[in-house]
Parts: sequence; structure tokens; C-alpha cells
Amino acid sequence: MLAALEVTPAWYLVLGALLFGIGAVGLLVRRNPLVMFMCVELMLNAVTLTFVTFSRMLNDVGGQSIVVFVLVVAAAEVVVGLAIIVALLRKRPEATADDLALLEG
Amino acid sequence: MGARTDMELFVFAVAAVVCLGGAIGVVASRNPVHAALSLVATLFGIAVLFIAQEANFLAAVQVIVYAGAIVVLFLFVIMFLGVDKAENLRVEPLSGQRLAAGVLGVGVTALVIAALANTSFEATGVKSSVGELSDGSRSDISILGEALFTRYVFAFEITSVLLVIAVVGAVLLARHVRRADEIVDAGQAERAAEVEERIAAAEAKASGYRPPAHEFSAGVNGDDADDGDAADDDAAPAETEGVKA
Repeated sequence: MLAALEVTPAWYLVLGALLFGIGAVGLLVRRNPLVMFMCVELMLNAVTLTFVTFSRMLNDVGGQSIVVFVLVVAAAEVVVGLAIIVALLRKRPEATADDLALLEG
Repeated sequence: MGARTDMELFVFAVAAVVCLGGAIGVVASRNPVHAALSLVATLFGIAVLFIAQEANFLAAVQVIVYAGAIVVLFLFVIMFLGVDKAENLRVEPLSGQRLAAGVLGVGVTALVIAALANTSFEATGVKSSVGELSDGSRSDISILGEALFTRYVFAFEITSVLLVIAVVGAVLLARHVRRADEIVDAGQAERAAEVEERIAAAEAKASGYRPPAHEFSAGVNGDDADDGDAADDDAAPAETEGVKA
């Protein structure tokens, strides 16, 4: 009976899709810039998981290589994004994403 | 079949539950700190799924870079800025936003799963077009390293430029430009006090024989115009010296 429940790559792909969906909903719903940023990380990781799964399905090293680059870009993005958030929250600690215009000028 | 499949199923089930639970925790936590910790759970679950798919190096990098560096960076920002307060999620500032977001999220997920089902969850396309991931003898880190430093070496070098730019940008963005009255440099305060003393001395000198409106011109011209303030001239610096000592 358990043999019917063999873990195929499809399971990983569906899990990646679900994680991406949850991250997208969080990005749209939450208003705290920090939490929105975490949701972006969630979506990035969902895509990473999908890349690794496809890499295994196709026995191709390209999928895993691009995950390394996604990691580097994510690190750079987090650094710059958090700097912007620090600049924003310093002006007003209770700022939401709507208050990003405060940084103008 | 048998033990190996059961084990794989068990690992996948546990990791998937941790991932999804963490993801929901990120979205639904009222406190940003809890959201960050939920994010760690998700990232860790994904690292386990990487290992289950024989991407051992990426699993290690995932734990070190994501759970170890990026989430810590998040926590640093949360703690430094003191924004670790629970927020009220009951109110919906924009009416209909959550419904629209939910519909959109379900739609996107359904679209992706439908696209996968369209090819009956099989990867179409050429196998091993970039290079074989495993040939049975070498580890994944060896094969991945070879791909990164031969085929993708230019992209790899460019990422270093990207990181430098990110660091410079972060310093520039997060730098706090201080106003003059916020400066806490001790030497600066001393110099400012000295300047004030000189102005006060000049004012005291000038007030004797000029109306206050022309203080400054009086201070400059006054030296050789009047013999009477020679005594003042000597007294004022001595006073300043005394204060400084």
C-alpha cells in the first residue's frame, strides 16, 4: 500500500508551487516591510527548490548552478533591501510599505 | 521498494510539513521576530529536501547562507530598530485586499500546478544539456564546482561585482547623516566653546564704546582705534586660557 505513495519529483514541484503561493499571498497581504521581505525570500526559496528538482529530473548540472547564483543575488538583495528598510524605519518606527515615500528627496 | 521508499516518504512528509508550517508562520505571525524564526524553519525544511534530492552542497550552503546569515541579518535589523512589537492583523487597512490577494495566490498556485500537470509532471526538454549532474563516481560538489569555474566562470566573477555594489549601496543608504547640533565629537564641542568665548570676549570689548548693532565691525576695528581697551585685550585671552586649562 505504501509502495503506491512513492515520492516522485512531482511532489517537490507541487510543494514548491504551494510555497510560492503562500509567499505571494504574504507579500500582498502584509504591510510590515520586514515581513514582506521575508515573503520574498520564501518565494525565492520555492523557486530554488523547483530548480533543484528539475536539475534532478533532467540529470543536469545547470539547475544546481543557477541555485548558487540565486543565493548570491538573494544575499545582495537582502543587504540593499534591509538598508532601505533601516533608513525608512529610522524615520518612523511604525512605518508600513505605504510610507516608503518618506524616503523621497 | 520497501524501506528506502518509506524512508523517502517519511523525510519528504516531515520536511514538507515543516516548510509549509513555517511559510504560514511567516505570513501569519503578528510579531516580526516570530516571522523570522518561522522563516528559519522553512529554510531548514528546504535544506532537508535538497539533501533528499542529493544536492548536498546546496543544502549546506542553504543552511549557512540563508538560515545563518540572511535570517540573522533580519533579526539584527528587527532588534536594532526595536520594531519587535506585535502588530494588529485583525484590521484590514485596504478593504478587499486580503480576498484579492488570496484569490491571486490560489490562482498563481493553481496555474503553476496546472502547467505541471499539463506535461504530466515530467520534465520536457533535453537531458543533461549543460552537463551530467551525476555520473556515479564524482560527488555533487565536484561536478557543481567544475561547472561554476569553467562554463559559468564569467557569471561567477560578475556576482562578486554585484556583491561589492550591494555593500556600497547598503552603506550609502543606511548611513545616518547627522545635523550639526547632533555631533558628539568632543574636540568639536571644545572648539565650539572656544569660538563662543572669543565672541563673548569681543562683545564685551565692543560693548564699551559701540552700539551693539555694530559689534562685529567694532571688534575688528576697535584694536587700534582706542587705547582704552588694551587692558581688555590682554585680559580676554588670559581668561580663555584659564578656562581651557
